[in-house]
Amino acid sequence: MGGRDTDIVLLDENGIRSDGRKVNETRKVSIKAGVLKNANGSAYIEFGDNKILVGVYGPRDVHPKHMSDTNTGIIRCRYHMTPFSVGERKNPAPSRREIEISKVIKEALEPAVMLKQFPRTAVDVYMEVLQADGGTRCAALTGASVALADAGIPMRDLVAGCAAGKAADTIILDVNNEEDQAGQADLPIGYMPNLEKITLLQLDGILTSDEYKKCLEIGIDGCKQVYEIQKKALQDKYFTTGGNNND
Amino acid sequence: MTSHTTIDTLKKTHIIELLKDGKRLDGRSLEQPRELSIDIGVIPKAEGSARARLGDTEVVAGVKVQPERPFPDTGDQGMLMCTAEILPIAHPTAETGPPTPDVVELARVTDRGIRESKMLDMKELVLEKNKSVIGVFCDNAVTDHDGNLFDVCSYATTAAINSCKIPKYEMKDDAPVKIEDEFIEPPISTLPVSVTMIRIGDYILVDPNMDEWSCLDARITITTNSDGNVVALQKGGSDGFTYEQLTKCAEISIAVGTKIREIIKDASKASE
Repeated sequence: MGGRDTDIVLLDENGIRSDGRKVNETRKVSIKAGVLKNANGSAYIEFGDNKILVGVYGPRDVHPKHMSDTNTGIIRCRYHMTPFSVGERKNPAPSRREIEISKVIKEALEPAVMLKQFPRTAVDVYMEVLQADGGTRCAALTGASVALADAGIPMRDLVAGCAAGKAADTIILDVNNEEDQAGQADLPIGYMPNLEKITLLQLDGILTSDEYKKCLEIGIDGCKQVYEIQKKALQDKYFTTGGNNND
Repeated sequence: MTSHTTIDTLKKTHIIELLKDGKRLDGRSLEQPRELSIDIGVIPKAEGSARARLGDTEVVAGVKVQPERPFPDTGDQGMLMCTAEILPIAHPTAETGPPTPDVVELARVTDRGIRESKMLDMKELVLEKNKSVIGVFCDNAVTDHDGNLFDVCSYATTAAINSCKIPKYEMKDDAPVKIEDEFIEPPISTLPVSVTMIRIGDYILVDPNMDEWSCLDARITITTNSDGNVVALQKGGSDGFTYEQLTKCAEISIAVGTKIREIIKDASKASE
């Protein structure tokens, strides 16, 4: 996909991947809700070696004013990579890739948030990728859902993100950076487990229609696993400390 | 602006009412794309070109080919870049200026469909490893906008690249020099074709026009290759799809894509 030839063995003869995972295993995911003081809601997520901080502000007045909608609230998303998040320094200005990812994440969150309850306002979701290692859009989406819930914004469901893909002719769950660069396909998925709805879906790489179905199935399974971690992050904050986020 | 136009409530209600009988405003069935016509070689100065018209949506794609210094990590491959822009003549709401997120998405989805299908064998486009490679640039100019720019750009790009002539170069003193009037055939391996579908309620519509586009709950663009495999995919819109809808969309995109591919092949033959 990345088109680069590497000598890395993506899958050994025992079906173990380059980072020691099995084919249907996600990386270690940990999420903490309420990590920022000023934001109305926030979350810090580690998805394998991805480290992403999400802050949510709003619902609040919309500036510029012409962007506001009298019928509904709006979500604005900014997905941004810090210059030090990747191997070679990234120019801090938003790239076309970041603009596109911001848009697909916005569209993935919209079905989950009850925006009609806040006409004429905006909810701003800022996702800062502090370290990137493949699958940042899913990780950022996962963190953003938790941060929105932490901000107390009414939601129909959390959106959980996890990618499926293909490397070494095998369907795998949660594609990491190496597998993204040297693998054959990457299918990031955003999924609302309670509503059984897929709200983010992209694909790079070649899949037969059977492989596509299998990727969707195991990707949805991965999202369900991530969903449990999201719920736990919110429970940890609101049920063990009684809502005090200064612990 | 590709996703936001206003539509009056009466028309929207009418579109949704018609869907209950499996009908569309312009008389098509749900899985029937608009009529597609493709003219190849409309811009002789470009190394490859095509005008695609899908209903009332039209785009001109031009391919320019020129030697480039390769990226440091892909010195053994040629370069490919596809872009898209909506010209201000295309629609009253189209404006000049920096691209909006919609247009950035359009360009990137168009590029991804070609790139991920491996339509061009990039290893064949190397003049001297790590020094000089052939760059293939396909730029789409949308001239008339009646919805579904994703597909029309996909068809025009595929048709233009498929029919392009790549000039021959030789390396002289470490620099590529063009050999006049000598060309190589482009190393084409497959013809990628995208099919965009929208969901309105429980209905899936292929190739929505602008009015239908304004009513969409969610949309999906699926690109398939000549073998009927899925090579790229992009979901959009402010709602989601179920697993069943997504597998159905993949089947539709393969079936519709096969027909579209024939139209592109016929247009290429007619231009020879």
